[in-house]
Amino acid sequence: MSVVTFISHDGEKHETPLEEGVSLMQVAVDNMVPGIDGDCGGEAACGTCHVVVEDGWIDQVGRSGPVEEEMLAMNPEREANSRLSCQMRLSDSLDGLVVRLPEFQL
Amino acid sequence: MTEGRALVVGASHAGVQVAAGLRQQGWSGEVVVVGDEPALPYHRPPLSKAYLAGTSSLQDLALRKAEFYAKHDIRLVQSTVTQVDRAAQEVGLNDGTTMGYTHLALCTGGRVRTLDVSGIDMPGVFYLRTFADVESIRASAASGSHAVIVGGGYVGLETAASLRALGLDVTVLEAAERVLERVTAPEVSAFYERVHRDAGVVIRTGAQVSAMAGDERVREVVLRGGERIPADLVVVGVGLVPNTELAAEAGLHVENGIVIDDLARTSDPRIVAAGDCASHRMARYDRLVRLESVPSAGEQAKTAAATLCGKERPIAALPWFWSDQYDLKLQIAGLNVGYDELVVRGDPSRDRDFTCYYLQQGRLLAADCVNRPRDFLKAKLLISQGERVDRAELEAAVAS
Repeated sequence: MSVVTFISHDGEKHETPLEEGVSLMQVAVDNMVPGIDGDCGGEAACGTCHVVVEDGWIDQVGRSGPVEEEMLAMNPEREANSRLSCQMRLSDSLDGLVVRLPEFQL
Repeated sequence: MTEGRALVVGASHAGVQVAAGLRQQGWSGEVVVVGDEPALPYHRPPLSKAYLAGTSSLQDLALRKAEFYAKHDIRLVQSTVTQVDRAAQEVGLNDGTTMGYTHLALCTGGRVRTLDVSGIDMPGVFYLRTFADVESIRASAASGSHAVIVGGGYVGLETAASLRALGLDVTVLEAAERVLERVTAPEVSAFYERVHRDAGVVIRTGAQVSAMAGDERVREVVLRGGERIPADLVVVGVGLVPNTELAAEAGLHVENGIVIDDLARTSDPRIVAAGDCASHRMARYDRLVRLESVPSAGEQAKTAAATLCGKERPIAALPWFWSDQYDLKLQIAGLNVGYDELVVRGDPSRDRDFTCYYLQQGRLLAADCVNRPRDFLKAKLLISQGERVDRAELEAAVAS
């Protein structure tokens, strides 16, 4: 089974099944990963599904697009590998993906 | 404390969030969610936006996938609750049976406000609230060429943009003197009228509908004064009526919505409510506010779930809203009720991005941000802080 791992701000790990074709935000919400709200349902409108992609993965995942970038720009916890997880479509090639969660969502 | 059966009435954003929140807060008893729609609970905002325009799929629409409910032992029941008996702690269902509860959450949402004119029940005339409504509109749009939208609020304008994207001719009829009159400043209304006209939509303000006319289906919308506008389909979006009857009949305090406190408790502290059906006294705005907002529904629902679990998590998040039309992403932070000063950044008469700030006695109340996510996030912060801002400060703070 393919998995993705969310690491909360205090270091707790949540491993969830990877579901091909759905967004990383949806996987987090479906598995009740604390710290991912996804208020707007995946329209890149709220900025409450911010994750930081672990270093080895960013090239495969890709960096944020222009709309996403605008939403991330004002975020105090923003890092170079920040993404909105609603804009990340999962595929089996991302098996083993690790993302970290910020302390606060906006 | 967390034994028993938590019964959630309503299976949309608030209801599902209450159920999820109960499990997240460690509720170990039963969780039952009763909803009257056949589909798996779904996101409503995309209905008039990406889903109508055909750019998002049914799979994207589900709030949670089917397995979620099984995995977290949340029972979804398709039925309609017809009565709440507080003394017996049970609800009546429309099949005549009853269902007991130890804890109750009312997330009954709202229904469309109907238009009381002749011919309104004619085939080809639609309201837009449910998945089923949008399926019917899409089917009708596939064969029609001229759509008339009654109501120039957010739902009406989003529907206009989506139907335009599907290639239809679109006319929007607004009874007031400008679109979005109830919710935004004149500058923002003028902006949306301009962009819709630029996109080929006919916007008619001060247009009162007196009847729908046709034969086996609608053919024309008749205006007061007699003018007839050709229509292959009509979508009516003239607002929402909160579903408060259950609560009122059960003797709960209702004032526009079911009145809740900061812990989402109704006037019976053993019953919580959340979402479009709830009126919450917001200290920030010093008034009772009933919000039609997914983020607020979620916030209230998280609080309601915590309260049912015996925890205190006051409703705190700032209300916000969004609307997608064409290439325009509008994000609204806060509520602009009672503003006494307007600061506009950018030129809404020309640009496709600007921010309209609403101030009251020097403090930021709300901001309408079009294609300016940075301003939106900054405004959320400034409104939450509640400090005085002056124009220069505001302009410096949002420089990007």
